[in-house]
Amino acid sequence: MTGTFPNPAAIRLADLTVSHQRRAAVHHVSGCFAPGSLTAIVGPNGAGKTTLLRALAGLHRPDAGRIEGAAGQVALLPQQAMLDRGFPLSCLDAVLFGLWAESGAFRAIGRAGQRRAAEALVAVGLQGFERRPVGSLSAGQFQRVMFARLLLQDAPVILLDEPFNALDARTAAELLGVVRRWHGEGRTVVAVLHDLELVRREFPETLLLARDCLGWGPTGEVLTAANRLRARMMAEAWDDQAEACAA
Amino acid sequence: MSALWAPFLEFGFLRRALVGCLALSVAAPPLGVFLMLRRMSLTADVLAHGILPGVAAGFLLAGLSLPAMALGGLAAGLLVAVGAGALSRATGGREDASLAALYLVALAAGVAMVSMRGGAVELTNLLFGSVLGVDDGALLLMAGAASLTLPALALAWRPLVLECFDPGFAAAVGARGAAWHLGFLGLVVLNLLAAFQALGTLMAVGLMMLPAIAARHWARQVGGMAYAAVAIAVLASTGGLLLSFHADVPAGPAVVLCAGLGWAVSVVAGPVDGLLARLLRRRHLAG
Repeated sequence: MTGTFPNPAAIRLADLTVSHQRRAAVHHVSGCFAPGSLTAIVGPNGAGKTTLLRALAGLHRPDAGRIEGAAGQVALLPQQAMLDRGFPLSCLDAVLFGLWAESGAFRAIGRAGQRRAAEALVAVGLQGFERRPVGSLSAGQFQRVMFARLLLQDAPVILLDEPFNALDARTAAELLGVVRRWHGEGRTVVAVLHDLELVRREFPETLLLARDCLGWGPTGEVLTAANRLRARMMAEAWDDQAEACAA
Repeated sequence: MSALWAPFLEFGFLRRALVGCLALSVAAPPLGVFLMLRRMSLTADVLAHGILPGVAAGFLLAGLSLPAMALGGLAAGLLVAVGAGALSRATGGREDASLAALYLVALAAGVAMVSMRGGAVELTNLLFGSVLGVDDGALLLMAGAASLTLPALALAWRPLVLECFDPGFAAAVGARGAAWHLGFLGLVVLNLLAAFQALGTLMAVGLMMLPAIAARHWARQVGGMAYAAVAIAVLASTGGLLLSFHADVPAGPAVVLCAGLGWAVSVVAGPVDGLLARLLRRRHLAG
């Protein structure tokens, strides 16, 4: 959980096109997430941010192009909206799924595993929550449980889909601290975010996506007024009925 | 008090019915819990109807032969289970719409096929079952389905819970959620099939879903829900057979009505989100 990853593989996107529900969502994107980088993916709604993140996690197959270097080293935090927050599961059991790579479907999880899960809960500020059902948690507490699961996964590359949405300021600040720690340990972190002030303050690299890549590099150079205007104009021009990549 | 056990001591057909219903009660409700957690409660109903044309095909070919009807039902049920998802994915439509279409076509086709050869009695038996007429073959099918379902469910427990809670995570860690889900649907079809002779295709789903839905009000974790669902189903089976015996009500509907009573009691008095528990909590907060 506290290991360092001085050299996780770079993740390269080579002319990547991914569709979601038969519509082009990510369009001919090329670039590289450098090892140990901390990158924000930003863009208007429907820009393909979540689709790209899920493609990096292996959940969407590219229609064209390639993703190199992501397989087998990625841990994903999904959007809260995609999970059943009322699911009848204890916090400890939810976190223990982070050991899937070790336990799989059948292997027993011993005391050492249970202790690591309990420690992960402590690390995200949920000491004593082991037996609490996740359905009884606030949005912030639930997100802390999901971060504890990520801690247990101990992956070199961490993908976060809107990790601070609908969280109170204190929870967001504490979880941001966890993200900083991951970055400090040399892990590659990629997060889909909407809060541009947060991105400017905390994320050195940014990928501005509007289905096409409008900019990828140092945040200050990417989040220019001109680029953001271009992204907005592209979002207004999208044809949601377009069946597939036309280029 | 002897009214509670004397009928079972006195009549062999009631004992057989009880054993069959208890076998259904230990295996089907935990499957119902997972269906409910996946928001697929109505899918069980569709699968139960999907079985009917297969059972009817078996009936057309071999008369009231259990193996023929069971094999036909299994094939048809699996076809519907796989077909609904595949159809909605292939056409970009909604899965619930595909399920509704399949359910209506399956019910109509099943009734039409049975009516081609059988009369009203056969049709009634297939639709509503005949708990008190459970023969050795049906009893073996029920016991066999339960014996297969419980270890299979124990084996699939962790991936099924993960697939229900966070399917994206399950896919990302290579948990093969889709394969487990397919196997799970196979178990659902098997249990519906085991129940069809006793409860009929229209009632088979009752003992699977009603206790599962009721169990939500008695436990906060999946395991606890499964235990609670089994307990409610066992009570409903026993109570339903006694109600049938003493009040001269058809046994299948009596069992399902008792499961419905269990659900109603759970909604009112269950400690987890039951109406009384919510009322008391509101008063506590107000006071």
